Amino acid sequence: MSETTSRIIKIATKKRYKNKYHWTDYFSYFYLFLGVLLMFGPVVWLGLSSLKTLAGIQEYPPTILPLSQIQVDVEGYDKPLPIFNVTQEDGSVKQLAQIKRIGINAKMVDPLNPGETVKVPIDKREKIREFKIQWQNYVDPLRKYDFLLYFKNSTFITVVATIITLIINSMAAYALSIYEFRGKNFALVFVIGTLLIPLTIILVPVFYVVANFGMINSLWGVILPGAATPTGVFLLRQYMLTLPRELIEAARMDHASEWAIYWRVVLPLSIPAIAVLAIFSIMWRWNDFLWPLIVLSKSEVYTLQIGLNAFHGELTSQWNYVLSMTMVTLLPIAIIFAYLQKFITTGIASTGMK
Amino acid sequence: MENIRNQIKKFFLRILNIPFAFLMHAIDLIMWPIQKIIGVRNMPYIFLLPNLIFFGLFVIIPLGANFFFSLSSGDELLFAERELPTTKQYDQLFDCESYLNPNTCTEDFFWRGVYNTIFFVVFQVGLMIFFSVLTAVILNKKIIGRGFFRSVFFFPVLLSPVVVGLIWQWILLKNGAFNAIIESYGGDKVSFLTDPSWAMASVIFVSIWAHMGFYTLIVLAGLQAIPPNLYEAAEMDGTSRERIFFRITLPLLMPNLLVVFILASIKGVQTFDEIYVLTGGGPGTSTSLIVQYIFTTGFASSGSVQNFGLAAAASMVLGVVLLFLTLMQLYFSRNKESKHQEI
Repeated sequence: MSETTSRIIKIATKKRYKNKYHWTDYFSYFYLFLGVLLMFGPVVWLGLSSLKTLAGIQEYPPTILPLSQIQVDVEGYDKPLPIFNVTQEDGSVKQLAQIKRIGINAKMVDPLNPGETVKVPIDKREKIREFKIQWQNYVDPLRKYDFLLYFKNSTFITVVATIITLIINSMAAYALSIYEFRGKNFALVFVIGTLLIPLTIILVPVFYVVANFGMINSLWGVILPGAATPTGVFLLRQYMLTLPRELIEAARMDHASEWAIYWRVVLPLSIPAIAVLAIFSIMWRWNDFLWPLIVLSKSEVYTLQIGLNAFHGELTSQWNYVLSMTMVTLLPIAIIFAYLQKFITTGIASTGMK
Repeated sequence: MENIRNQIKKFFLRILNIPFAFLMHAIDLIMWPIQKIIGVRNMPYIFLLPNLIFFGLFVIIPLGANFFFSLSSGDELLFAERELPTTKQYDQLFDCESYLNPNTCTEDFFWRGVYNTIFFVVFQVGLMIFFSVLTAVILNKKIIGRGFFRSVFFFPVLLSPVVVGLIWQWILLKNGAFNAIIESYGGDKVSFLTDPSWAMASVIFVSIWAHMGFYTLIVLAGLQAIPPNLYEAAEMDGTSRERIFFRITLPLLMPNLLVVFILASIKGVQTFDEIYVLTGGGPGTSTSLIVQYIFTTGFASSGSVQNFGLAAAASMVLGVVLLFLTLMQLYFSRNKESKHQEI
């Protein structure tokens, strides 16, 4: 009797031990919380700040929400002046507009009585803020600068390059998975070989080839060099190897041409792998930077990435426009990620590429 | 998973089917006579052709041409107008009194790039793998909101280098959000990007931020491949969690980590774009790496001649490093596979 009791107690305490929180559990949640702040914070902060006025962005220390100081037009002054709540000597509070700050004093004027200026110590005033979303940040650069054109160029490159990549890579993968032919191993080694040669080590000669075709400052000069991807060929080939051969034999019996077998039988069956490659290709092309930077030097062929970088270089102080256009650049990828998140992560985990 | 896959399938099919079928029928009009002439046996060559033409034009020919460029001198891009053969480029690149001191080299910018790259890769890869493993181990636990946390750590991978560079340049400004946080806790402002001793640290930090998610995902896949019965057995024996980690998780993860390590090094050595946007290689040359040197000498020398030969020679040096790393990767991943088979 006592033996069974002790055993029961043992089992009970064992369970309690298992359910107890270990220090690693606390640490995990702390780490994850910190991780969310660090990984997600910057982008949230970018999104909020892109809705601020330029003055709001440059304010230090910054405010989190897009609050901006109210400004008024005062007679006799060119620029609108910011308004402050100023505590008077008698304790009453009055709204004054600031003309400029001189050391610890500020030269201020009453908007209702613009003729008279007063000196106010800066610690006696307080900013008046309002919640104001500055949609102008998004509208202005698209209207005044060429961002719509850059967006169009980027979209063209992404769509056309992805289509070309999908077609020629799936053709090669089809040949390397369905057929037995002389030189197959050589072709496979050839494809592996190109996997080992990243663009960074052949920049100059690829530029030479592209220049020889007259494709400098042309969108085709960006599209074509990266169209054949060894990773794409391998991804598709691995998938096509798993397709049942009987289907192909059956199609051949029905006198289908090899091309028809390729596009009517093999391609539709390979859609999961093709979708993974399509997402990767869209990501590569949309985010591509080094190669477009080399090939495209005229602003009318800039992609969004190059345009954004150049725009930032020219207008370092216009952070409001830079931030809003950064948002526009990351949005398409963010939307794709939000919809296909699981698909992308499993695709990367299973292929080990990005 | 199955549901998403079906959705994608339907979406792709509906949108692409009409123009796609039209195009494919059109191509068949050409392919059918070809098949009649050369026979079914030779069709795979036709299917391979377009891809191989692209590889040939944009990878194989350039690789050969790179030798040519690096071994010929002149300011022209055209082959006929370059002097051949010469080792001038390599002589100039390796003209150093002491290889340990970049100041004594003719091409000091290149050697600074080499040392910066070594420093960058050692710290970036080391820290990144450490945090990737830590994150992956935590995400592998039974925690609430696992999917959410996983995507939070992963999503910066999808951001473009320009976006990453601009976001962080703005946050790390002297009057930026980071300094505001530091000051609110009583610290002093730091010039993250303009102080030479801080710039490299900032660049490494941003680079880890941007790429960590990718490696976390791969390590996570490795962790999930560890057979759960090992953990069950250890738990039965009442083994402490620390011991389980160091005796089971880490040793079984090791082959996987080795491959991740080399993969990250291959990417790290080629880092260019985020740094280009973030600091432009500055202040001075404190964050300029090898690819930055190749880009600057070959394509962006301000005013002066673009030295294609020198850039090609430098990329040959980079190529040798990458070849070495890649061979190591192939060796270790083959080892890993054979070990798995043994188990």
